[in-house]
Amino acid sequence: MQPISSVKGKAYPLGLKNVDTDIIIPAAWLKTISRSGLGKGAFQTLRSLPGNVFDDPAYAGAPILIAGDNFGCGSSREHAAWAMADLGISAVIAPSFSDIFSGNAFKNGLLAIVLPQDAIDRLMEVAKTDDIHIDLETQTVTTPFQDRFAFEIDPFRKHCLINGVDEIGLTLKSSDAISAYENKLSASQPWLSPNQA
Amino acid sequence: MSAPQTLYEKIWNAHVVEQREDGTCLIFIDRHLVHEVTSPQAFEGLRVAGRRVRRPDLTLAVPDHNLPTTARLDANGNNIPIADPESAQQLEALERNAPEFGIAYIDATDVKQGIVHVVGPEQGFSLPGTTIVCGDSHTACHGGLGALAFGIGTSEVEHVLATQTLQLSQSKSMEVRVEGELGPGVSAKDVVLHITGVLGASGGTGHVIEYTGSVIRALSIEGRLTISNMAIEHGARAGLVAPDDVTFAYLKGRPMAPKGNQWDAAVAYWRSLATDAGAVYDKVVHINAADIAPSVTWGTSPEDVLPITGVVPDPSSFADPSKQTAAQKSLDYMGLTPGTLMTDISVENIFIGSCTNSRIEDLRAAAAVLKGRKKADNVKWAIVVPGSGLVKQMAEAEGLDRIFMEAGLEWREPGCSACLGMNPDKVPAGERCASTSNRNFVGRQGPGARTHLVSPAMAAAAAVTGRLTDVRALMD
Repeated sequence: MQPISSVKGKAYPLGLKNVDTDIIIPAAWLKTISRSGLGKGAFQTLRSLPGNVFDDPAYAGAPILIAGDNFGCGSSREHAAWAMADLGISAVIAPSFSDIFSGNAFKNGLLAIVLPQDAIDRLMEVAKTDDIHIDLETQTVTTPFQDRFAFEIDPFRKHCLINGVDEIGLTLKSSDAISAYENKLSASQPWLSPNQA
Repeated sequence: MSAPQTLYEKIWNAHVVEQREDGTCLIFIDRHLVHEVTSPQAFEGLRVAGRRVRRPDLTLAVPDHNLPTTARLDANGNNIPIADPESAQQLEALERNAPEFGIAYIDATDVKQGIVHVVGPEQGFSLPGTTIVCGDSHTACHGGLGALAFGIGTSEVEHVLATQTLQLSQSKSMEVRVEGELGPGVSAKDVVLHITGVLGASGGTGHVIEYTGSVIRALSIEGRLTISNMAIEHGARAGLVAPDDVTFAYLKGRPMAPKGNQWDAAVAYWRSLATDAGAVYDKVVHINAADIAPSVTWGTSPEDVLPITGVVPDPSSFADPSKQTAAQKSLDYMGLTPGTLMTDISVENIFIGSCTNSRIEDLRAAAAVLKGRKKADNVKWAIVVPGSGLVKQMAEAEGLDRIFMEAGLEWREPGCSACLGMNPDKVPAGERCASTSNRNFVGRQGPGARTHLVSPAMAAAAAVTGRLTDVRALMD
């Protein structure tokens, strides 16, 4: 994972609630065995509509997306995070995210920033004309108009994002603890080693 | 003496390998189900980093999403190749990756093949008190057996393959208590649709939900799996039902379930997992069974639920302005007018299947409605897709396949099928489908497809009349 500590730039003012993973990337795009190239299918259904924010030149290349409640609900497909990253999006700001999507976003260095609806409403206005700045170190979202919104983030995730931590490598350092757990488990619950059918 | 604990807390605490200062825990994973869609990039990641699978014995691979549901073997018993080159490539990748990393693989032509969430419980691979993951959001399903089961993304699939653990923060706990007695024609699917309508699509976000109460206790394992399956549709990380005698009777003798003395020890442990008296949930929601009718969705979010006796809502009737906008968009997509009786909506397609409703009990419920009846002429496409080869075999032994075919429905091979249309089973643009699956998202069953989520009995009733129908009108 590449380290990420801030994102600054234009933002797509999408604002929709319940943006599900089928909207972010339809199932037809899941047949790939690679992580790249999914930006072409990102938000395909929305992009088929005239006047959509993604094809509005005012927001071309925006690194931020602003959405409504429950962003990324639905499937566990990490293709959703890959597709958004491939489209050039580095951060999403919404009042809430589905648990699985926010995990997938984190694994790919895509910031999933939670702010209350009134902050979202304000940022939707600002995004029409000006840049938005997300700073992970200070956990704030700011605008050129002195708006300053603080957000919460899990400290472990913050650490991994800022330092670009390879999480599997990190966990593998705990191999001895995992082995000890496995030994304890095979003694207390021997049935957990399944009888392969 | 330790403080009273919930079922969720007991399973969580039993799986902590390490706890960090910030509260994040390294959680051991007992069971990992792998399918062809969300795993290729994970195996590739292992290969690139030169990593192996830590516990192949705790991992089981089954293809399900891409498989066509038409015949898989020709008259000579040879494999029929998959026509779609991308689907074929994804299946070949799993076929190659499983043996390369030493993982047990159930082949597409094996009678044990099926949807991962049907296969796991059926084989006794999924057990109470375990942690179960899969790169699929409906992994919550296995919570019906009292397992802490949840969907993960591909990076986490790779993490579990490499370490048999996940770095997780504990979720909040919620109790959804359903008390009373279900009326005629009301099934587990109606219960979970109703719960989703009450909680909303994000009502469970950040929580693990334990479903309790007399209604849940009275359900079969098939019914409990249906409920827990859709925990994700109200946003929950996982669903849980406390294991009890119904659970143990279901699991006993299954191929991968414990045997002999180990069985007795396992049951004793599983009994100890029930939530202690006095344990506190972060949130509690009460549902009265008498309020639950045969249910149906009208919109493009699973929270858009109505009793079948209802009418298409007016977007202005919602208090939340963002819901008003969403409802209008949903009605435009669904081609519906406010005030229309749900039972006046005609359907051209019927899908009975998916990890939510493709088990034997689901097929029996649909067949009971279809027996001696024919599908309506305006129903152009109606398929029944059993959840596994073993479900199919059992249904055929009971003669259910003949009931479906005599009614004019197609009897197919197992897989995920038209739930998400990654295989050739899709609903045409602009047409409606009464579907026993779990999501009515825009384009879910095919571009432009209009989905109404219902129970198996309700889907069968819609097949008979050619419109959304109150199944109670067709019951004796």
